[in-house]
Amino acid sequence: MAGRRRRSLRRRLGAWGEHHLRALVGALGRFRASLAPSIMTAAVIGIALALPAGFLVVLDNVQTVTHGWAGSPRASLFLSMDTNAQQQRDLAGEIRSRPDVASVEVVTRAEALKEFRRYSGFDKALDMLDDNPLPPVLVVEPAEGLRPGAIDQLVAALGARPTVERVRLDRGWVRRLHAIMQLAERGIWVITGLLGITVVLVVGNTIRLDIENRRDEIVITKLIGATDAFVRRPFLYSGLWYGLAGGLLSVVLVELGLILLDGPAGRLAALYNSSFALAGVGLSGALTLLGCGAFLGLLGSWLAVARHLTAIEPR
Amino acid sequence: MIELDRVSKRYRGSNDALTNVTLKIERGEMAFITGHSGAGKSTLLRLIPLLERPSGGIISVSGVDLARIPRRRVPLLRRGIGMIFQDHRLLHDRTVFDNVALPLVIAGVPHRELGRRVRAALDKVGLLHKERSEPITLSGGEQQRVGIARAVVTRPPVLLADEPTGNLDPALSEEIMRLFAQFNAVGTTTLVASHDIELINRLGHRRVVLDRGQVVSDGAGGAGGRA
Repeated sequence: MAGRRRRSLRRRLGAWGEHHLRALVGALGRFRASLAPSIMTAAVIGIALALPAGFLVVLDNVQTVTHGWAGSPRASLFLSMDTNAQQQRDLAGEIRSRPDVASVEVVTRAEALKEFRRYSGFDKALDMLDDNPLPPVLVVEPAEGLRPGAIDQLVAALGARPTVERVRLDRGWVRRLHAIMQLAERGIWVITGLLGITVVLVVGNTIRLDIENRRDEIVITKLIGATDAFVRRPFLYSGLWYGLAGGLLSVVLVELGLILLDGPAGRLAALYNSSFALAGVGLSGALTLLGCGAFLGLLGSWLAVARHLTAIEPR
Repeated sequence: MIELDRVSKRYRGSNDALTNVTLKIERGEMAFITGHSGAGKSTLLRLIPLLERPSGGIISVSGVDLARIPRRRVPLLRRGIGMIFQDHRLLHDRTVFDNVALPLVIAGVPHRELGRRVRAALDKVGLLHKERSEPITLSGGEQQRVGIARAVVTRPPVLLADEPTGNLDPALSEEIMRLFAQFNAVGTTTLVASHDIELINRLGHRRVVLDRGQVVSDGAGGAGGRA
């Protein structure tokens, strides 16, 4: 009895597996049979996925580049022109002794000029000037782990010194950059959501046409005892294949785009003396894209099937 | 095997297609439903596999009241009924073999058994050599025989045929009807709707005559029929 039950269970499981395999392979066969329209559907999905994926990859790269800058904000104290070397050293020593300061570096006017010449490229223009226009600078690095409020207090205290003409906290623009990137990321997610809906609608519509084209077949299979699940399965697998093909295409598109950007990005990085290289989607990114494609394809076909398949009954 | 008790069917906005039809087809019996066009033959046949639900009365198949079968169990009912149509209803983008194999695939018969059972069914209708053909390349009679092979491949206990010879010449029609008689001879309950009275009389068997949705005569056919 138990043995027979087990055999019957195994037989049913086998039949279930065979149904799925048949639907899977059958759907792939239909994809191949109407290759051009199938590829067009897949291309729509591919492009819709590649756009946000490409943006996210670029954003990711920008974040990698700016990561080092965000870590420790530094304040540049521009001193008045007439501060002499002794005064600069004294002031540096005094500031260094504060508990909320990690280090102070003195950049004399000559050093500042040298640095400026090296990085700015205004070599010739500087030669035309009679004297050095650059003020002496103290670069102050606040102690690690200081709260933004404490940093502001420190900056205010340093700025109040009589010999200090101006304080610039170079964290400001990093903050702004991060805010911009956050905004960009939010924007990308909105676009991603809209494109995701597009993919679902495109797949849903393709499957709906597919259902219309195979109406006779659906009626006949229902006539001879096919369950709804049996009728539904090939269409769901069609959606899955569209989604997977679209996902694959999006990976290729993003990688192609990055190859196109790689040369200019490398040259830009070289100008900044950086060895930065663009990172691609990577394995996990590629798998995510494939997964998203498969999920959206399946969702689209599911919606189409739920709406249109039950309406087709043999008459 | 098939019992109709005071069954009626009314379509919205028209006369009754069936009125108070009471009929009992025994297990293993063969019967013809006949009558003019519009007499209700097709409607009667369509009620048995639940292609439609009756407006009134009780239909039972193998002792199961069809009204108690929920929508999701209807496929199981249909698997036990082989159906044959006037227009064959074959899938024209598949070979003869795949058409006949379809009911087995739906029923979840393992792949390795398909070939043997499909060929057995094709052999019975004399189309074994056409297994790789496309249905569209076959003659009307051959297509109908493919339809019959598809209906019997799962060895269903009940066979229903709706005007199976409607488009065939007399010789082919008789051939098809003899085929049904053969399946009936091995125990399949067979119900055939046809208006070809001459042929039905020649074959014998029980004959149910419908007129305007009502049974007007029920009994043995002409020559060779039972008393």
